[in-house]
Amino acid sequence: MNKRNRTVIAVAAIALTLLYFLPLWSIRLEAPQYPEGLGMRIWVNTITGVGPNDLQNINGLNHYIGMKTIEPESIPELAIMPWALGFLMILGLATAMAGRRWMLYGWLGLLIAAAIVGLADFYLWEYDYGHNLDPTAAIKIPGMAYQPPLVGSKMLLNFKATSLPALGGWIALAAGAVIAGVAFLELRASRRNVGRDAGAVLREASGGDPT
Amino acid sequence: MNQRLKTLQRIGLVTVAIGAVIVLSCQTQGGGPPGAQDVASEVYVPPGSYDDFYAFMSGGFSGQVTVHGLPSGRLLKIIPVFSQFPENGWGYSEETLPMFMTSYGFVPWDDSHHPELSQTGGAHDGRWLFINANNTPRVARVFFKDTATTEILEIPNSAGNHASPFITENSEYVVASTRFSVPIPQRDMPISEYRGNFQGTISFIRADQPGEMDVAFQVLVPGYDYDLSNAGRGPSHGWAFLTSYNSEEAHSLLEVTASQNDKDFIAAVNWQRAEGCVAEGAGEEMPTEYYHNFRGEDRIARSEVRNRVRVLRAEDCDGLVYFLPTPKSPHGVDVDPSGEFIAAGGKLATVIPVHSFSRMLEAIENEDYETVIDGIPVLRYEAVLAGEVMEPGLGPLHTEFDGNGFAYTSMFISSEIVKWELGTWQVVDRIPAYYSTGHLMIPGGDTGQPWGRYVIALNKITKDRYLPTGPELAHAAQLIDISGDKMRLLLDFPTMGEPHYAQAIPADLVRDGQVQFFSLEENTNPAATKTEAEARVVRQGRQVRVYMTTIRTHFTPDNIEGIQLGDTVYFHVTNLEQDWDVPHGFAVIGAHNAELLIMPGETRTLKWVPTKVGVFPFYCTDFCSALHQEMQGYVRVSPRGSNVPLSWGTGQ
Repeated sequence: MNKRNRTVIAVAAIALTLLYFLPLWSIRLEAPQYPEGLGMRIWVNTITGVGPNDLQNINGLNHYIGMKTIEPESIPELAIMPWALGFLMILGLATAMAGRRWMLYGWLGLLIAAAIVGLADFYLWEYDYGHNLDPTAAIKIPGMAYQPPLVGSKMLLNFKATSLPALGGWIALAAGAVIAGVAFLELRASRRNVGRDAGAVLREASGGDPT
Repeated sequence: MNQRLKTLQRIGLVTVAIGAVIVLSCQTQGGGPPGAQDVASEVYVPPGSYDDFYAFMSGGFSGQVTVHGLPSGRLLKIIPVFSQFPENGWGYSEETLPMFMTSYGFVPWDDSHHPELSQTGGAHDGRWLFINANNTPRVARVFFKDTATTEILEIPNSAGNHASPFITENSEYVVASTRFSVPIPQRDMPISEYRGNFQGTISFIRADQPGEMDVAFQVLVPGYDYDLSNAGRGPSHGWAFLTSYNSEEAHSLLEVTASQNDKDFIAAVNWQRAEGCVAEGAGEEMPTEYYHNFRGEDRIARSEVRNRVRVLRAEDCDGLVYFLPTPKSPHGVDVDPSGEFIAAGGKLATVIPVHSFSRMLEAIENEDYETVIDGIPVLRYEAVLAGEVMEPGLGPLHTEFDGNGFAYTSMFISSEIVKWELGTWQVVDRIPAYYSTGHLMIPGGDTGQPWGRYVIALNKITKDRYLPTGPELAHAAQLIDISGDKMRLLLDFPTMGEPHYAQAIPADLVRDGQVQFFSLEENTNPAATKTEAEARVVRQGRQVRVYMTTIRTHFTPDNIEGIQLGDTVYFHVTNLEQDWDVPHGFAVIGAHNAELLIMPGETRTLKWVPTKVGVFPFYCTDFCSALHQEMQGYVRVSPRGSNVPLSWGTGQ
């Protein structure tokens, strides 16, 4: 790998540290009585309300339909995720330092796997909260489940729930895309095996002057 | 079938058309003001939009303050101040009872006249609102954080606290004067010996420190009736002006006996001079008794009794007070935004006299006195006069200013508002009011910085303005546009109680400081129950304390047993909600006092003395959620000496 690609990989790995400080995902709830909205943010290690009392108020509202209380402490993944993220970051830095293509492909594979596992896990939690309801709940609507969407908007009774990546999530996506791009360039370069740098490949791909 | 439908449709259309014609012709016949359709859009605040101004109107005999939006006139809130308010427990809950303490005991009502917004540099600053209690002399402070009363100070040596509370340019003081002169100190004496024995007081109340309102000093003045006041600003900062009537010192049938003198007085008090004299130890510390009631950060009212007040006489302090002769029992006294002109409303006068502050200083300098009364120099009328507005109308009462060189005076007898020009003293416009305007109010129209745009006529007589509601009618207010050369009537709306006076302020100066709820974490009420796990019932002899929580949609505890006849039960209810607009109510059968409304994060206490054996319900009175009707509980009352153990719980 050339120096530029290794630098890009290192920057992408370091950018992942931002995920310790920025929320990954957001779920926003709007209802006629909540014109100001309620919101929840999922971080690498916890879940918080957007407003200081939003989580408490969401739990308060959820008790009517018998949904379990959302308690960050009771979700073991939130304890594992910071370590997993750290591991992936170190792997990325190691890849940048070593400059080995197989490490890059392996790292990319792990990142994609982590994303899929993370989203699947998120879906399963949503499913669990939305379906496993207290049978003594005040509001029971036959056939009604309250699973928020993975991505996008959905009406849940009077609430419109919108689930989207938050800033940290977008950064993770961007880092993933950049790494995938570098991996793609490296793959092409290795196939051509002519030792040209990624920049030249880019210029060629965009119709610019080949050097 | 089709044919019949069409015929029906035609008949329908024709009917609608006829109906429309009738409705339209009725509207014209109904005598709405010409151009009513045009002005409607000027007061229309579309659903979901906000008004431009908060207006704070005194509740008059209701003792409260009402909050209206302008220009819509919509009622936004009643702020309970001097009268108990069972609707939310103000003056009934243990936390608010001390607010009503006075040297006369617990006084649960009053008559509130003049709301006054705090000022900085002569302009409204949106910190606080003050209002007077006319009957049992008091001044209250309202905080805008929660738009609630936080402080009430009783005024000693006062009776009929009418010329009150008028604020100085930087909220240093609110000025509060006696309407009724009385023996000072109070004593048993014949009423017929009024003259020379009864006196008035002008009190300067330190206002700029919340929680520390106090009577800084009082000025003893002759036994007249002191009616209204306005503080100087700009060049006249440091002075307060007060009208007086009954310079005849009559004590009976005042409508005749107090209307004899051709001129009464405006008292000009140099309060900066008074501060100097007090600092030098002038005057006397008079023994007295008055109450200061204050709610601190814990939102629990406490009373303290004060026993001394500093009293100054004119002879104690040279240059303290001057009298400006003013025709015929003047009512309002209003200083223009520049601080130079002092307009008086001689309610029986045929002119509006306007005094000049700079001429007043000259007259003082030249000792241009007509006479001296009780050590108070009476300046010569012609020496202090700036001009007279001729033929303004009948019964001038109050004047406010638009900041563009014009003044607006309410005419009680001729029932109109008259616009006149400062300097030329010419009447330039007039508009009828419905009926008999007392105060009028321009937003900021009594300050150095009027916000302008509107004048509101606050009327004393309503009669046919609205659908009749029996002999007792709401008072009428009219919103009048003053942005152009001609005044235009925009809106007529009913008000609560008797809105004597009002103040209005651009909405953002108050709105931005509002809280949505109280932080439960910061609740320092010692009876607070911050989690359901801490909810409990404690017996202390014959007192039973129920530490109760509310959250959508239950009480904890909601079943209580072991109360006995003869017990006094205190329900300490904490609202655990931490969300906007989720108050809970608490009501229990047979309560002799009131219900409670508990704001999120707040603790309120209701005393309940059961009078019967049985099982009695309590419930939430504020429709809080879809299961509000389920928010209820029972308290079991057993005979005295019963062996039913004290027990409590929810959902067991």
